[in-house]
Amino acid sequence: MSYLPNQIMLSVEDLAKGFTLHLHGGAVLPVVSGVSFNVYAGECVVLGGPSGAGKSSILKMLYGNYLAASGEIRVRHGAGMVDVVGAEPHAVLDIRRRTMGYVSQFLRVIPRVPAIDIVAEPAMAAGHTREAARDRAARLLTHLNLPERLWHLPPATFSGGEQQRVNIARGFAGDHAILILDEPTASLDATNRAAVIDLMARRKQGGAAFVGIFHDEDVRTQVADRIIDVTNFAASQAA
Amino acid sequence: MSAEPNITPLLVATGLSKSYGRRMACEDVSLSIREGEVLAIVGESGSGKSTLLNLLAGRLDADSGQVHYRMRDGVTRDMGTLTEAERRVLMRTDWGFVHQDAAQGLRMNVSAGGNIGERLMAIGNRHYGDIRATAAHWLTRVEINADRIDDKPTAYSGGMRQRLQIARNLVTAPRLVFMDEPTGGLDVSVQARLLDLIRGLAADLGLAVILVTHDLAVARLLSHRIMVMKGGHVIETGLTDRVLDDPQAAYTQLLVSSVLAA
Repeated sequence: MSYLPNQIMLSVEDLAKGFTLHLHGGAVLPVVSGVSFNVYAGECVVLGGPSGAGKSSILKMLYGNYLAASGEIRVRHGAGMVDVVGAEPHAVLDIRRRTMGYVSQFLRVIPRVPAIDIVAEPAMAAGHTREAARDRAARLLTHLNLPERLWHLPPATFSGGEQQRVNIARGFAGDHAILILDEPTASLDATNRAAVIDLMARRKQGGAAFVGIFHDEDVRTQVADRIIDVTNFAASQAA
Repeated sequence: MSAEPNITPLLVATGLSKSYGRRMACEDVSLSIREGEVLAIVGESGSGKSTLLNLLAGRLDADSGQVHYRMRDGVTRDMGTLTEAERRVLMRTDWGFVHQDAAQGLRMNVSAGGNIGERLMAIGNRHYGDIRATAAHWLTRVEINADRIDDKPTAYSGGMRQRLQIARNLVTAPRLVFMDEPTGGLDVSVQARLLDLIRGLAADLGLAVILVTHDLAVARLLSHRIMVMKGGHVIETGLTDRVLDDPQAAYTQLLVSSVLAA
């Protein structure tokens, strides 16, 4: 599926989030409110602002990992737009399978599963055969310079940088038109940062939309088409 | 491309309640599950999660409420109206039940091959060679060397017994498998292997699994959706990673924060 450059892929409208800490007397920790932005096909939107401003929380809400208190997150999914906020678990899982991928800061290791299968999994979930999915995984791992001798080992014993490259390869292995990136390059050296930037550029040309957090200024200037300052969405402390 | 998943629920439970004397073990619980979906029911002991599993699987009679199941012929039936014979056939074919204690789910004095073959014979298979070949295939599938086919489960380790129990359940290609703390009581390294096996089989076979566990890490690894129970009530339900990473209910927050992060 390809998308037109002016097509909205993700539309966030008046999104708000706070945490109610029931174990601490029900204290309410406001995080963000009034979050509104669009992401178009073929562009990368970077969330900026100091740590604690709620950048990661916004990404997690987009992915359905955090529950939004209010607002809308409409995602171009199949033939129409689907609101992630309030969507049934089945619907969120379907969005994750076919439309929206997520690369976290760290790989969540699955016991005993070899690196190449961890990477191939999203491609298989998207409907590719095991062979096709493994081929794609091998290409991604090659691109990210993960030595082939590691491909058939579970990543539990890999270094942080090696694990993160497995994580990134997994994130790029699906057919997702929207990718959410939470500091994917933080633990990578310059060569591999460049490899990730290159991957992103290629996917953008194919019409993919990115929303991400990149603290490294050099990476950020290379990937960002727009930077959205999250401090504009600071939730009122009076809440 | 894979076929579109069947979105009609396989099993729907409505308003299930069960009390033991004056104590409500399970009160007004409703849920549904689709093919290919893994639902984890989590809670501490006494939360009613095992009672609920037994109600769903027809191993206990509910005081009130219904369980509807879409049979292999596509007809959805009220489980309460099944004859005893129909229920037994269902349990032996389209359903599986994996007990925490493998001794409850296996015949300990019958060979491994016999344990697997018994379910095949119960649905009419008579050809000894075929049954034995299928049993050997399933032993391999659960990572047990086929040359152990004539050994009794008493000669197996705890982890092997549990894998044998899974093979016995899966040999008839059930669409729905109930699991009651399948990794409970096993060494950690053995648990990891079993979890990986269950995860792979559920995905490859497109099984629906209703899994009871007190272990949130097991729920995170295996399930798509989670249901948190306490005192016979459902406290919170949702997407597994959402419930574990952003728990809303006070009790879920307590449960999640009480686990040591490994």
